[in-house]
Amino acid sequence: MSLLVIENLSKIYKSKKKTIHALDNISLEVEKGDFVTITGPSGSGKTTLLLTLAGMIKPSSGKISFNDFHIEKASDRRLAGYRKKNVGFVMQSFALIPYLTALQNVMVPLSLVNSRSSIQKSKAKKVLEMVGLEDRIYHLPKELSAGQQQRVAIARALINNPSVIFADEPTGNLDPALSGEILKTFKEINSNQKITILMVTHSPQAAEYGNKNIRLCDGKLI
Amino acid sequence: MNIFKLVFLELMHRKSQLISGLVAIVLGIAVIVGIKTVTIHSEIAVAKKLDNLGANILVLPQGANIDDYYTADIDAPTIPMEYVERILTSSLQGVDNLSPKLTRRIEINGKKVVLTGIMPASEIASKPIWQTNGLQGNELKASCSPTKTENQDNGYKDEKLQRKVIDTLDINDCLVGSQIAITLSLKENDKITIEGKEFNVDKVLPETGTIDDDRIFAHLTAVQELLKLEGQISAIEIMGCCNAISDGLLNDLRNILPDTRITTISQIVATQIETNGMMNRLSFVFLIIIIFVGGISIGNYIWANVNERRKEIGTLRLIGAPKSYIYRILLLKAIVLGVFGGICGYILGTIAAVYLGPQVAQIEVFPITIYFWYSLIIAVVISIIGSLIPAYLAGKIEPYSNMQEV
Repeated sequence: MSLLVIENLSKIYKSKKKTIHALDNISLEVEKGDFVTITGPSGSGKTTLLLTLAGMIKPSSGKISFNDFHIEKASDRRLAGYRKKNVGFVMQSFALIPYLTALQNVMVPLSLVNSRSSIQKSKAKKVLEMVGLEDRIYHLPKELSAGQQQRVAIARALINNPSVIFADEPTGNLDPALSGEILKTFKEINSNQKITILMVTHSPQAAEYGNKNIRLCDGKLI
Repeated sequence: MNIFKLVFLELMHRKSQLISGLVAIVLGIAVIVGIKTVTIHSEIAVAKKLDNLGANILVLPQGANIDDYYTADIDAPTIPMEYVERILTSSLQGVDNLSPKLTRRIEINGKKVVLTGIMPASEIASKPIWQTNGLQGNELKASCSPTKTENQDNGYKDEKLQRKVIDTLDINDCLVGSQIAITLSLKENDKITIEGKEFNVDKVLPETGTIDDDRIFAHLTAVQELLKLEGQISAIEIMGCCNAISDGLLNDLRNILPDTRITTISQIVATQIETNGMMNRLSFVFLIIIIFVGGISIGNYIWANVNERRKEIGTLRLIGAPKSYIYRILLLKAIVLGVFGGICGYILGTIAAVYLGPQVAQIEVFPITIYFWYSLIIAVVISIIGSLIPAYLAGKIEPYSNMQEV
């Protein structure tokens, strides 16, 4: 059974002057354990697709089901619960909270599910160790390099054992060497933990890490 | 990690913002606490002054003047005793003690004396100077303090004396003013004949330096019988609460007793009463101002904070924080600001009152603990109210504030 089923998904932005089809009748199935890369030119709808799958943007039409949970119909509270329990996010800008240490940043998602502080700490340490940051756990984001910050973001995405990770240009702010390291980390997570990954990227090299690649142009799958 | 720690760490991260956000609320609370603390102590000072003066309201017959009362003119008009009952059965607030009396000038052994009929218990209560001179041992209380019921345990130094003077001033007993005692060579337990009736000198009153030194006090009923003025009195002396006087007690009394003349000696402290009233009004105005200014200031601070934290709030939403979690973060922050602002405002206001009170109002000022809780409640409520709109708008921040292309 597919983890994510997308049927005839469309997202239309209307303004006074024109109508933009950000997503145009997209149908797609993502299996558990897939590493899907989403490529396409700027403005092709890659990020809109990711946001819609994450329940952050309501589609204009179509259906999205995640393990029989209908994202397009869900309330704001249920969507927050869906993201909290099933989804990890990795952003190009890292999206770390500036006044929290690496350890505290990773602990935040666990605090949202009311996990005990001692459990939060031990789990967060373990995950940071897994991404190779065991000696940086008490550092603030500003004290970390870009690559290290992105690893903290990955650790935060992994902490709640998500079914799927949505990554939006995760290597966009990194040099090629660091990009390779981060992509390898994603690959390991996908292979070892069987976590499904949907990654938006501009880079053809990054796209090669996925086992499936979809390409968007003007909101359509090509 | 929990929501409290998250709020605390964020506050510590932006300390300078925190201080600027607190300034308005701290100053506002400090001003209110300062004014109210000085005002309360000033009111207590006024109340004590009035108590020390004894009775501060005089109810006289319509045609009488104060001179008639003090000179005890033989033809001075009287009022019915029933007027006392009328006051007692009314719902008037601030009447602490009533002392009806009948006064007439008489002659004893060729000497002119003022005979005054009194209701003993109420007379003693309205004469603080007698109390402090051994007739009653309880501490003076401000007239605004709760009224004590008759015969309650007042902590008298001499229980026997208290009973003797207050409860058993017999129909044949009298109290003699110090000057009259000298003039008529009277001492305790002597016999004296007044208008053909023999009285026992129960007590020679201590010197007060007032007209009371030239009086003989006997039981009102006995005096009424002697003067053939049953059911009649010359005046009612009232100890009125100073606040009640300034709130219109005199007019209320005039309404109950329309055919009487009601005067007060509270003019002595009128300026202070007026100042207290002004301070009370001023603190109310400040309260309104602080609610608006403090609320707007906190709201502005929280809104600036929300704008600065858009990405952070977006991140929290992204990783699964519901809107309610964002509201809780901001309202918790507002509560912390309120608590901190309330405490600092109370401390600042109290210190200002304690140091400035003696200079501004010539009174000694002490901290008022209850204002600590009021400060806390007011500051927290203002902070929460000020934060409601920014918190609501923060909940509307979309989780994708961190994403590309959108």
